[in-house]
Amino acid sequence: MNLRTLLLAATALTLAGGVAEAKTQIQWWHAMGGELGKKLEEVAAGFNASQADYEIVPVFKGTYPETLTAAIAAFRAKEQPAIVQVFEVGTGTMMAAKGAVYPVYKLMADHGEVFEKSAYLPSVVGYYSDADGNILSMPFNSSTPILYYNKDVFKKAGLDPEVAPKTWAEVESFSKKILDSGAAKCGFTSGWITWVQLENFSAIHDKPFGTLANGFGGLGTEFTFNGELQARHWDNLKKWQDAGIFKYGGPVGGADAPPLFYSQECAIYMNSSASRAGVVNNAKDFQVGFAPLPYYDDAIASPMNSIIGGATLWTLTGRPEDEYKGAAKFFSYLSKPEVQADWHQATGYLPITNAAYELGKTQGYYEKNPGADISIKQMTRTEPSENSKGVRFGNLVQVRDAVDNEFQALLAGKKTAKEALDAAVVAGNQILRDFEAANQ
Amino acid sequence: MQTKRTTFPSRGLPYLLLAPQLAVTAVFFLWPAGQALWSSFLREDAFGFRSSFVWFDNYQRLFRDSQYLDSVGITALFSISVAALSMSAALLLAVSVNSLLRSRNAYTTLIVWPYAVAPAIAGILWWFMFNPTVGILTYMLAGLGIDWNHRVSSTDAMILIVLAASWKQISYNFLFFLAGLQAIPHSLIEAAAIDGAGPFKRFWTIVFPLLSPTTFFLLVVNVVYAMFDTFGVIHSTTEGGPNHATNILVYKVYADGMLGLNLGSSAAQSAILMVIVIVLTVVQFRWIERRVQY
Repeated sequence: MNLRTLLLAATALTLAGGVAEAKTQIQWWHAMGGELGKKLEEVAAGFNASQADYEIVPVFKGTYPETLTAAIAAFRAKEQPAIVQVFEVGTGTMMAAKGAVYPVYKLMADHGEVFEKSAYLPSVVGYYSDADGNILSMPFNSSTPILYYNKDVFKKAGLDPEVAPKTWAEVESFSKKILDSGAAKCGFTSGWITWVQLENFSAIHDKPFGTLANGFGGLGTEFTFNGELQARHWDNLKKWQDAGIFKYGGPVGGADAPPLFYSQECAIYMNSSASRAGVVNNAKDFQVGFAPLPYYDDAIASPMNSIIGGATLWTLTGRPEDEYKGAAKFFSYLSKPEVQADWHQATGYLPITNAAYELGKTQGYYEKNPGADISIKQMTRTEPSENSKGVRFGNLVQVRDAVDNEFQALLAGKKTAKEALDAAVVAGNQILRDFEAANQ
Repeated sequence: MQTKRTTFPSRGLPYLLLAPQLAVTAVFFLWPAGQALWSSFLREDAFGFRSSFVWFDNYQRLFRDSQYLDSVGITALFSISVAALSMSAALLLAVSVNSLLRSRNAYTTLIVWPYAVAPAIAGILWWFMFNPTVGILTYMLAGLGIDWNHRVSSTDAMILIVLAASWKQISYNFLFFLAGLQAIPHSLIEAAAIDGAGPFKRFWTIVFPLLSPTTFFLLVVNVVYAMFDTFGVIHSTTEGGPNHATNILVYKVYADGMLGLNLGSSAAQSAILMVIVIVLTVVQFRWIERRVQY
């Protein structure tokens, strides 16, 4: 290649770059790594290919808490993205940040797009709406924790591989059988201790997590998750850890929990329904079963619905008008049944629109993939009570951190469950008061 | 000590020559430090819409907070352990290498290698080896009947970060000790040998005292390193856990400010750290550099 061709090539590249820039680029900060991240990029690419004016640029920003703090820091430095994915725990923080958020109902109305509220699962929409029922952020990936189990290990232990443990008593007795038979070295592990073994645990047993309807009633809420049943469960977890039945996967999301299940060390695994993509990809040598979360049958006859996790997309203020136009179009694209259904089926997140769920049914997806609808069935199995509607607390990220730390103190034998939960409530309430003071 | 005095033709020139350095200091140190001091008196919401001046409230809360006081203790334990471990290991290596003739340079090069590893990578390396689920060392320890789990046990977590932080620092200390050893006149050691002193006696009565300037210098440097430069190691291994057992002061500034979004408290903590750095610097310049005889 001589100099002239090189120059020509360079000019051509510059021109191509110039053409690409004619599209309005819209930054989308997200927290989806691994299999989920790949699928998310496909969704963005699908939108970019569907029209010519806008380009969604997904940027992976790390874990959920990291993405949230990165967006806040960027906002303070006036470098914020138009769209940021914030997990449900950050909802309270975002809702209080009135000047920073461009509410989705307004964004859609301002740009002539339609957000059809009734098309979505009521529990999802309710979670992200203000007191007047206006949707504030775009539902995208909602999940709920379920139970996964290793059918091969169950068989080896002499258990029926088609029967999952329904109650905690069964989790204990099945695990003992698995350990005694040597089929696996550990009974069960769990991701997201705070979300699965405390927030959802309280919800499905119809126990309050905090006052004022779990925080939906206002900033003056206080935590009440140090009840008798929660303490009993945590005491059991400690007891089970000592007996080798339970293995701790670490704080926050529990990074060590998935490998424990994939490597067949633990036979049962509780985690987000969105862990399905990872489980299916990694469980090459064994069959996986899916089931609802276990409960204490002496505490509640039929368990309540579980609550959602996952994230929504928030638009931040202070970007050029063009980007909002594109963002509104992108949100409309996201609500399409085929986009929703594809995302749900690939990742294990809930089908958040009724149309997406129906589409999956007509496609025969749930017959071909038994267990894929466990999550939505568990989430919608009862009419939500005040205790199972969800949780809404400011600075819940820090509260979860405090809960994680107390859980570790419990496992290390430094505190009893009651002491640990009491301490977490005290620390949590302090955080709530700070949040209230900073947002008045 | 002899000082050189340069006479400038005009009064303005020295200030002009100093200006670039002063500008750098002002932009990269004075300005952010001033901002940190200012925010340590404020209470703000995360997005920066509302802030109120709260005087010393952030500081008062810190000193009432048992977690903060625990963190001070943890930092002291961590720094002393890292300094002791990395310095003693480095001294042992330096003495061994110094006694070699031909392979000295080869060993020196090899031992210096870890210093080039970034703290975060060093952390990941140790995290992998000690990972409770997939770690090779955890597996081997389990074979010996030791149940290693730094996710739960605060002792295990502390050992892990001390190991990871020290490993990197050994190289640095090694170089200084080796240089110090080579500066000790051979005639002194030979004279002692002729007088009948054995290798241990020679080391403790001649070599070690003569190394004291190096040792004191390294002590300060290592304590500063452990207190302020180990963020990467902790962030990539324990993240301050379990139950705050490895939450040293610097990490707490990050965790409270960046994750907890409690900017006022975080700023107050960094102001306190600034005072500690100033004290350590004064100690190094005033006390050690003047009292220790070279």
